Amino acid sequence: MAEQAAAQTAEQPGKKPILPVFKLEPKPHLVGVKCSACGAVFLDTKRLACSKCGATGPFQEVQLSDKGKVWVFSVIHQSFPGVKTPYVTAIIDLPEGVSVKSNLVDVDPLELQKNPGKAFGMPVELVANVVAKDRQGNEVVAFQFRPSAN
Amino acid sequence: MRNVYVLGTGMIRFGRYPDKSVPELGAEAALIALKDAGVMIKDVEMFACGNLYQANAMVGQRILQQVGQTGIPVINVSNACATGSTAFREAYLAVASGMYDVTMAIGVEQMGKQGLLGGGGGGSDPAYSTEGRVGSGLMPAVFGQAGVEHMRKYGTTLEHFAKISVKSHKHATKNPFSQYQNEVTLEDVLNARVVAFPNTLYMCCPTGDGAAAAILVSEDKLKQFAAGRKRARVAASVLTSDPYTDRDLTLPDVNTLTRRAAQKAYETAGIGPKDVSLTELHDCFATAELVHYENLALCGDGEAGKFIDEGGGKHPDLGGKSPVNVSGGLLSKGHPLGATGVANICEVVWHVTGDERAKARQVPNAKVGMAHVIGLGSACTIHLLTV
Ligand SMILES: [Zn+2]
Repeated sequence: MAEQAAAQTAEQPGKKPILPVFKLEPKPHLVGVKCSACGAVFLDTKRLACSKCGATGPFQEVQLSDKGKVWVFSVIHQSFPGVKTPYVTAIIDLPEGVSVKSNLVDVDPLELQKNPGKAFGMPVELVANVVAKDRQGNEVVAFQFRPSAN
Repeated sequence: MRNVYVLGTGMIRFGRYPDKSVPELGAEAALIALKDAGVMIKDVEMFACGNLYQANAMVGQRILQQVGQTGIPVINVSNACATGSTAFREAYLAVASGMYDVTMAIGVEQMGKQGLLGGGGGGSDPAYSTEGRVGSGLMPAVFGQAGVEHMRKYGTTLEHFAKISVKSHKHATKNPFSQYQNEVTLEDVLNARVVAFPNTLYMCCPTGDGAAAAILVSEDKLKQFAAGRKRARVAASVLTSDPYTDRDLTLPDVNTLTRRAAQKAYETAGIGPKDVSLTELHDCFATAELVHYENLALCGDGEAGKFIDEGGGKHPDLGGKSPVNVSGGLLSKGHPLGATGVANICEVVWHVTGDERAKARQVPNAKVGMAHVIGLGSACTIHLLTV
């Protein structure tokens, strides 16, 4: 017990990404893997094979752009306890040919419901937001998107 | 493959049965189907049981422990919302292949008051749960976005989605098997609270309990048992999974696998969408029903809005055409997950055979019926039944 406690205190709490595809250093970005046979890009850190063409690789790790465009969205009014509603969930198309799902922040959800067309093709950029604290005291960081100039 | 017929069907009203067990619900449907078929459990040679929430608990065998332990092969099927229809297909294949002459399929589920919020998650530390932090992966979000995608592509409006809910609720008033049998107005639907845009409360199916069963037979056994009664033939039984499409891994693509299944079903049966007298399709949300009008080729691409405005999907008695979900659909009839796929086959069978149980909502001159189900993740089944 004493050793365990010592090991835990030795590691200072810091920031941890919510999912392995999200890297915080040197600056927050998403990673994907690219199939060398067909060029399909997956939001993933590793794959056994490509679900588009079936090739078993090799797969090349690629850094994904922090800018994209909104494909579609929904405004969620009912969720698990602890999830603040309403919020916007959106599908973001990245220039690498892969799409990402996340919260669209810094927008008015009810305004988007009135004018859904405003979201279609909206340029957005990745933003790293702390969303929780884990049992070890680390801040859990999520990738989300907000409107951007282009 | 041999011809396969639906000799008997059974269904209990969808609703809430907190005092009954899952095997009891399934056994009730089984006994109705056996009686309707005019056979005994000892005549059944194989049984496929669809259930989702107790998929690890041998529901099929427990049903036989209630209605007759004859020692036959039983398989327990789980395939998301397509669970019941996949069980039906297994029972169909068992006869079509020539292996068995009399088989049974049951779909059964008990959900209680649990909402449609299943399927989220995260690691063991809830701090890493992604739901609501990196978007939503829950059903309401997926089908909300499927609707928004249609709005983006074709200018579909909220009224179009709302009209589907009004229509299905109206249909349900004629179905004693439906969980809800009340009408709603367009204003009721549009003014109800939003669950996940654009779906409001009345555009989302309720959860509940239910069971449905079918007895399938070969042509020889049909002659032996049907005794001149009108029985439906399975003209097509198709199952697809989601093929690779651009955004499928981020936003499940509910369209492509349905289109492929429909095309295969029409080809197999040698008919086209114009020949379909009625369709029971998977309207877990109003937005789902709208996109499936096009996916099942009931109208052209981008024409679902126009189709609705012109009475498409409505019962002919209400002045409609190409009737869809005359049972009330999942929106009103209810959606006990594993039961749904067998229940919508029952509905279609009742119309094409002129069964007493669909009398109040009988589609005139129904010759061919289509039953479509989609389970997210994804699985799609389409059955065409004809006389
Ligand atoms: Zn590939």
